[in-house]
Amino acid sequence: MFTLEARATQSAYASWLSPLLALALTAVTGALIFLAMGKSPGIALYIYFIEPLTSWSGLSEVAVKAGPLILIGMGLSLGFRAGVWNIGAEGQFIAGALLGSAPAVYFFDSTNPLILPCMMLLGILGGMAWAAMPALLKTRFNANEILVSLMLVYVAELLLVHLVQGPWRNPQGWGFPGTRMFPDVALLPMFFPGYRVHLGTLIAVLIPFVAWFVLTRTRFGFQIRVFGSAPLAARHAGIGSSQMVWTTLLVGGGLAGLAGVMEAASTIGQLMPKISPGYGFTAIIVAFLGRLHPVGVLLAGTVIAVTYIGGESAQISAGLPKAVTGLFQGIILFYLLAFDLLTRYRLTRVKTRGNTA
Amino acid sequence: MNDKPLLQLKGIGKAFPGCIANDDIDLEIAPGEIHALLGENGAGKSTLVKIIYGVLRPDQGTLCWRGDDMTIDNPASARSLGIGMVFQHFSLFESMTTLENVALALPPQDLDELRGRLETTAQDYGLTLHPDRHVYDLSMGERQRIEIVRCLLQNPSLLILDEPTSVLTPQETEVLFATLRQLASEGRSILYISHKLEEVRSLCDRATILRGGKRVDDCNPAEETAQSLAEKMIGRRVESAKGHSGTATSEVRLKVADLSVRSDEPHGTDISDVSFSVHAGEILGIAGIAGNGQTELMNALSGETGAPQAGQIEILETDASRLGPMARRQLGAVFVPEERVGQAAVSDLTLVQNSFLTSAFRLGFVSRGIINWPGVSRYTEEILDKFDVKATGTDALASSLSGGNLQKFIMGREILQGPQLLVVSQPTWGVDAGAAAAIHEKIQQMISAGAGALVISQDLDEIFALSDRIAVISQGRLSAPRPTGEVTTEEVGLLMGASGPTADTDSHVHA
Repeated sequence: MFTLEARATQSAYASWLSPLLALALTAVTGALIFLAMGKSPGIALYIYFIEPLTSWSGLSEVAVKAGPLILIGMGLSLGFRAGVWNIGAEGQFIAGALLGSAPAVYFFDSTNPLILPCMMLLGILGGMAWAAMPALLKTRFNANEILVSLMLVYVAELLLVHLVQGPWRNPQGWGFPGTRMFPDVALLPMFFPGYRVHLGTLIAVLIPFVAWFVLTRTRFGFQIRVFGSAPLAARHAGIGSSQMVWTTLLVGGGLAGLAGVMEAASTIGQLMPKISPGYGFTAIIVAFLGRLHPVGVLLAGTVIAVTYIGGESAQISAGLPKAVTGLFQGIILFYLLAFDLLTRYRLTRVKTRGNTA
Repeated sequence: MNDKPLLQLKGIGKAFPGCIANDDIDLEIAPGEIHALLGENGAGKSTLVKIIYGVLRPDQGTLCWRGDDMTIDNPASARSLGIGMVFQHFSLFESMTTLENVALALPPQDLDELRGRLETTAQDYGLTLHPDRHVYDLSMGERQRIEIVRCLLQNPSLLILDEPTSVLTPQETEVLFATLRQLASEGRSILYISHKLEEVRSLCDRATILRGGKRVDDCNPAEETAQSLAEKMIGRRVESAKGHSGTATSEVRLKVADLSVRSDEPHGTDISDVSFSVHAGEILGIAGIAGNGQTELMNALSGETGAPQAGQIEILETDASRLGPMARRQLGAVFVPEERVGQAAVSDLTLVQNSFLTSAFRLGFVSRGIINWPGVSRYTEEILDKFDVKATGTDALASSLSGGNLQKFIMGREILQGPQLLVVSQPTWGVDAGAAAAIHEKIQQMISAGAGALVISQDLDEIFALSDRIAVISQGRLSAPRPTGEVTTEEVGLLMGASGPTADTDSHVHA
């Protein structure tokens, strides 16, 4: 018999060691899976984890994928620090993409460069509006924000499908679901010809530094930390709980919405029935893998982006199924949670008592 | 009396990570003896009794029971030897009745038969108990009696009581002492853990004094004075804060009128029709046994809970009833709740961050949302310096401070904000005597400088030492405040037990 016993003290390093160990064990587990599938584990792991980083185009693709993950993951980690569990970033991402794309859909032949900032702003507002619903229900009726935000993901997905198949469908699109391609002025500028790295990627890299400043230097950031770790102390210091629920959900929703509109206005260039490979959900892994810390989120977003790109190239060059990407992300989270548990508890053997003893 | 000791401890040692709780402790308890284990918070008393009761195992040393070496593996084997223990924090289920709680601790048996035994035992020792009352309904004294009777039903030769009087009124304490003396006269031994010197002097035959995990003395407390016992316990002379400042002016700092608040805890106490005022230059003390509405009153005053109606709470002659905690602080009030860790301070934040927690606006540490950390840091240094807080630095985590040091830090954080009104609950709970005296002195300095203070405390000595006027809270109602010189401990004690279940049961006994 084994039992978990709370540790009196937690190692300061353990918090950062556990994501690293989780990644290492994920690689080991991955190798075993590849072996079982009859592939050479060395080559498969190389294709998966290393190859994307060996070429400029690979690096560019990793950065493009990392952008939304970092943006969303950063917003989520602010909420998670405050103990506000927004699980519906995927829905806020889609809502941001929807509202933010509206100008490009309605003014498809526009040449006015102001359309782009306008879209970004609407994207943020769209994400915020979607996040405002769980915030309102939580503060007004104490409805669980996990359930509300999660269910709204499916509402957003269906709304997107409805729009791109109905009112927003490209009339010259031969009946395929999807909007018109956005006009050039509605697309985020790219920096290097031939590579897809764009302005949004740069913004995504800068956001964690802004978040770091907010967390360490501003009263708002301080409130988030206190509210998350000691709710009674927060109350004692006059930090209102509805205020924290509202602000963290709005910030998280806003960043997810921004990520959504930037995705539509860059690599995709239009709205389609599916615009996200699960960024909003994967960003939850990014937030925890990054220890809810801005720099950590930046790194974790990059690592997880590698699994996306590696998964794509593994499909092409090693004939591995696409599901491997999701599998890897799941294994990372599994090991991470296991190590986190073991930093807080130790496994001890207990003597069996009573009749058997 | 037998000459063979009932229990003998030889060279007991126990270390925890970062501290030696017990260091080479010897202790002997004779049959029929009431033996005091005396020491300050953190002296190692609890660790030692946990070893005796089988909760902890010693690293070194031996334990002799009736002359035989023993290892006590767990509380069950301690009980089977004849050791019973009444913990400071009761282990009772509030939603069950007295009888059910007693039954749970004993081997399965017929409830009606047990009821009979329970009533006989209670009667034999003069302990009033109602088998069918639910525990949440009972006073602390009555809950303690359940624990004692529960132990007695197992016919123990040694009964351990951990700080039993900390939750009792003076009258309840007398009843308890009578019971304990009766038990001793039957040849049972009692190990009595306390830091209250007068009690130990009047009750106990012998005292073992612990300080810093070591046994420093073994004496007959009746032959000592409270002062000499205190010096042994603390290791140096202590001057207790005395003297009421008595400089109250007509200026009102806090006025509470007909305040009623519903508790937001399941078994909390509602506050009803509480009225009082605190003037500049005076300390109003509110005495009372824990759980009589102190927490609810404190949180209502600080603006953390409850929704008082307009005009019920005035701070510095401004209606603060509908204001939040920070707005009330802006008016010139500071608040120190009873719960230090998690409410007054956040354990996983640094001291600098904890300073900022309540001083953010009063001291202007925020401009346009951005925190002036260097300024907060200087303020924290000032707190550590002026309130003699022992910490590794301003960046130490709050969790690294001992209870007493954390309390000094919190008091310093509030008092150095230069408030016009201090509202504090349990200012010296769990703080050693030296630190307590220092905290009392700082409060009095503040009062001399013209502030007003409301002190809520369960410690009657503290209430009498500090207050200019005293009121008692019981069952969520507050008695009319009276000048300290005009009330006696007995009167306060009666008020503490008033209108509760204890009062009517006691009157039955005396009638």
